[in-house]
Amino acid sequence: MTWTADNLGLIWEQLREHLYLAIVPVILGLLISVPLGYVATRFSWLANPLIALGGVLYSLPSIALFIVLPAILGTKVLSTVNIIVALTVYTVSLLIRNVIDGLRSVPAEVRQSAVAVGYGPLHRLFAVDLPIAVPVIFAGLRVVTVANISMVSVGAVIGIGGLGELFTQGFQKDFLTPVVVGVVLSVLLALLADLVLVGLQRILTPWARVIAAPPVEVA
Amino acid sequence: MIEFEDVTKRYPDGTLAVDTLSLRIPSGQITVFVGPSGCGKTTSLRMINRTIERTSGTISIDGEDITSKDPVTLRRGIGYVIQHAGLFPHKTVVDNVATVPKLLGWDKRKTRDTAMELLERVGLDLKLAERYPAQLSGGQQQRVGVARALAADPAIMLMDEPFSAVDPIVRHQLQEELLRLQRDIGKTIVFVTHDIDEAIKLGDNVAVLRVGGKLAQFAPPSELLANPVDDFVRGFVGQDRGYRALTFVHPQELPVEPLPSELVLDDSGAPVGWRADHELLPIGAVFKQGDSLRAALDAVLTSPTGRGICVDDSGKALGVFDQAIVAEALRS
Repeated sequence: MTWTADNLGLIWEQLREHLYLAIVPVILGLLISVPLGYVATRFSWLANPLIALGGVLYSLPSIALFIVLPAILGTKVLSTVNIIVALTVYTVSLLIRNVIDGLRSVPAEVRQSAVAVGYGPLHRLFAVDLPIAVPVIFAGLRVVTVANISMVSVGAVIGIGGLGELFTQGFQKDFLTPVVVGVVLSVLLALLADLVLVGLQRILTPWARVIAAPPVEVA
Repeated sequence: MIEFEDVTKRYPDGTLAVDTLSLRIPSGQITVFVGPSGCGKTTSLRMINRTIERTSGTISIDGEDITSKDPVTLRRGIGYVIQHAGLFPHKTVVDNVATVPKLLGWDKRKTRDTAMELLERVGLDLKLAERYPAQLSGGQQQRVGVARALAADPAIMLMDEPFSAVDPIVRHQLQEELLRLQRDIGKTIVFVTHDIDEAIKLGDNVAVLRVGGKLAQFAPPSELLANPVDDFVRGFVGQDRGYRALTFVHPQELPVEPLPSELVLDDSGAPVGWRADHELLPIGAVFKQGDSLRAALDAVLTSPTGRGICVDDSGKALGVFDQAIVAEALRS
């Protein structure tokens, strides 16, 4: 416990870095996946290749990516950019499927009437298609966020890994406390992030909750 | 007036959906496109708001070619109702109705007032305004669909099989309400159905289309029943078209006989039943002067005594008539 008390500043610093490294890629990934998914629903022949490409990218080992990226991007090995880019790639590769599935979940008659009442294509995306796709997109966001939070720790191998650095520290010194603190905090962080997303989804989709309830008959 | 001039729709795979269709849809009336599946009725309808683009020919609204307008602007001026209503599941009922006024940038207060007024007009309880579509029955959703189509007061309303997914009783109600509503609003309505009975009931004019997108006959329903142009139309309007044509025959005034003593009346003079031995037989359908001959014949057929009862607007019995009287009216 004394180690924890003595290192609160460091722990807090790593926790913040961890959160930053995990969340920024989720936001960037979402910003990339939505337009990409939209294009894939407009040109449907693109959808399957994109989803397949996502599968391949996601299967790349993260350590390999962390190490190869500086060479590709011209960044320094110790730059946080490497982690952010790598996790953004993972986020997009997972999320693209959910965005495509989500946009496809809009019922044909709803899409048809959106066109017929006079929504232009982009307006329709933001006012009709995306709101209806929220539950499916959020299912992906939750998976990706938790996955990112766990994956950031791997970055510790190359020296930037948020709470993961507590693991390397603990192993190097053959000292368990930092490892336990790191594990507990990453689990808590993942739980908290998931809760935030669930709450956000509830706020965004008040309509989705009533679907389970039976229709109300009023004469 | 909506005018089709040699309009053809051919899909990239070569299928001919609509073949040189020419017809004039009069303003302020209900025109029904009817035909078997594959006759191009929905395609024809959707070419009017350009959600399907024609291959050749011209469609004009009040003399103006629809291709001269931006499709999005065109669509905001045309109401659209489809099967299953196609309501936006993420918007409340009132927000669904307010869709087009919002797109047109009306102020919030006017938009909401209009939406609420329309909900009332289509016979929906205002308690439902803040609900989501999934909480409504099929019939209620379809009413919201009609209200949404009317929200910006368009001159034209397109209806694509709007009542075919609800049960027969609700369908009958919705049809009656549409006719009642149309008497108030007088829109130019183009209505697509595969159900000839619905076409005859609702249409001021009916366009019968055959497979391959060719117009077979365009006429008022009475004309369609009386003089089908060919075997296809004859087959399509059905076997009992003679009986159904009676719907459109209104006798000047049906001569009635005095009320017989077996007919039991209540204090207000309304018929209650027929006295027979020791029981009271229920009356059948009643006939009002001005009703069609179909109603008169129905009154005779459903009466336990073979005599139909003629009543006035307040329901008071005026006289009775039998099949001979109806047959006489038929001959004249």
